[in-house]
Amino acid sequence: MPVIEVNKLNKWYGDFHVLKDINQTVEKGEVLVICGPSGSGKSTFIRCVNRLEEYQKGEVLFNGQDIQAKSVNVNQLRADIGIVFQQFNLYPHLTVLKNITLAPLKVKKTPRNQAEENGLALLERVGIHDQAHKYPAELSGGQQQRVAIARALAMRPQVMLFDEPTSALDPEMINEVLNVMKDLAREGMTMLCVTHEMGFAREVADRVIFMDSGIIVEEAPPDVFFNNPKHDRTKAFLKEIL
Amino acid sequence: MTEVKYTFDWNLVLTGQYGDWMLQGLLLTLKISAVSIVLAMLMGTIVAVFRLSKVRPLIWFSAGYTEFFRNTPLLVQIFFWYFGSEAVLPKAVNTWLYKQDFEFAAGCIALTVYTSAFIAEEIRSGIFAIPKNQLEASRAVGLSFIQSYRYVILPQAFRIIIPPLISQFLNLIKNSSLVMTIGVADLTYMARQVESYTFHGFESFTVATLIYLAISLVVSFTITMYNKHFLRQITY
Ligand SMILES: Nc1ncnc2c1ncn2[C@@H]1O[C@H](COP(=O)(O)OP(=O)(O)OP(=O)(O)O)[C@@H](O)[C@H]1O
Ligand SMILES: [Mg+2]
Repeated sequence: MPVIEVNKLNKWYGDFHVLKDINQTVEKGEVLVICGPSGSGKSTFIRCVNRLEEYQKGEVLFNGQDIQAKSVNVNQLRADIGIVFQQFNLYPHLTVLKNITLAPLKVKKTPRNQAEENGLALLERVGIHDQAHKYPAELSGGQQQRVAIARALAMRPQVMLFDEPTSALDPEMINEVLNVMKDLAREGMTMLCVTHEMGFAREVADRVIFMDSGIIVEEAPPDVFFNNPKHDRTKAFLKEIL
Repeated sequence: MTEVKYTFDWNLVLTGQYGDWMLQGLLLTLKISAVSIVLAMLMGTIVAVFRLSKVRPLIWFSAGYTEFFRNTPLLVQIFFWYFGSEAVLPKAVNTWLYKQDFEFAAGCIALTVYTSAFIAEEIRSGIFAIPKNQLEASRAVGLSFIQSYRYVILPQAFRIIIPPLISQFLNLIKNSSLVMTIGVADLTYMARQVESYTFHGFESFTVATLIYLAISLVVSFTITMYNKHFLRQITY
């Protein structure tokens, strides 16, 4: 069974049709990269997957279960599907470690020492073990985004969503975040990444998706996508960003 | 007619029986203020969060509550709870209240409800000042709406609104002097009583005034210092 299956997903903001018949099947361990021009619906799409947005037609299945079914516990769903935003959105009043342990402590009721141990291990993994007791404002953008990744991982999610995680970063910090994401991909995490980092896509993506005006225009493995795009809109887009 | 010269006698109102009365009054003022502040914070927080929930009846309740209690005189509210509580509160609650200090309870309820309406508005504006993505980020890791408010939104909002909250606390302390009208023997009540026994109203009310001033300054100073030294100032 695929981890995520999206069938004929449609969403409107009022009269505005943002997502039009989106279909996707994501197997365990797959890495999807989603790209496309601004306003094409990329964020809206991945935000539907953890129900940060509600959709009106079609379905999103997580492990075979319709996520908008009444029986689904939305908090549990979000614990299982982590998300990292463009603006790191760390909690500014809590230390780095507390940012990470809050949800495990309160949602999963993990014992404190275990949550902290796990939190420190995650910080080690994203390479900022020594910043555990600092506050977000004292960290660089790249470090903050790595904390945000660790915060999502602390819930031990089965899927990770990334919404342009490096777009708000200074160029010299982009790689430190991408490297963490690449490690995650290699360790077998199922990932849906909205990003225009094509080097990342080439290296770890199983499939690249190009969206425009709420439609999936093109979808292919990275080598085909970059070397042999079929659609003119994809070609034009690639020319612009490469 | 010979003019009787008024002689100041500060000792009279500060020592012995009268001094004791003033002290009792002070303790009662502190007690009713402290209890009301704690309850008003609780109630204010609940009302503010109701207003921001997506549940219609809660929003209506909250809007009605703040508008009603902010826009009616506190003295009328005090009389209302004192003379009218029998009609509006359940019998069991009333029986319980009568067994306690009923005047104190009625005064407390009035001060709490009145001040909580103002506090709710302060908290609401504090919550508005928190970037929307904070709620989203906390919901996105699986925290419920209430947990998100409890651990993420409110702790940030309270830091922002500490100055206006202090002024609400000070208002409450000053407003608590109105409860003397229903027979709560607070500082104002006792100053009045000392005056009627001694005819030294100038001294007794001067002392009361200075005590109110001192309480306000201490409260304000303590909270400001706490905010400055123990709460991390947030930047986004
Ligand atoms: N809450 C909202 N209400 C109304 N329209 C919205 C809302 N959120 C997004 N939209 C619109 O939906 C469209 C898709 O938005 P979305 O954020 O998904 O685009 P995107 O592909 O992520 O763009 P970007 O690259 O700029 O992040 C845009 O035209 C946007 O203006
Ligand atoms: Mg976007």
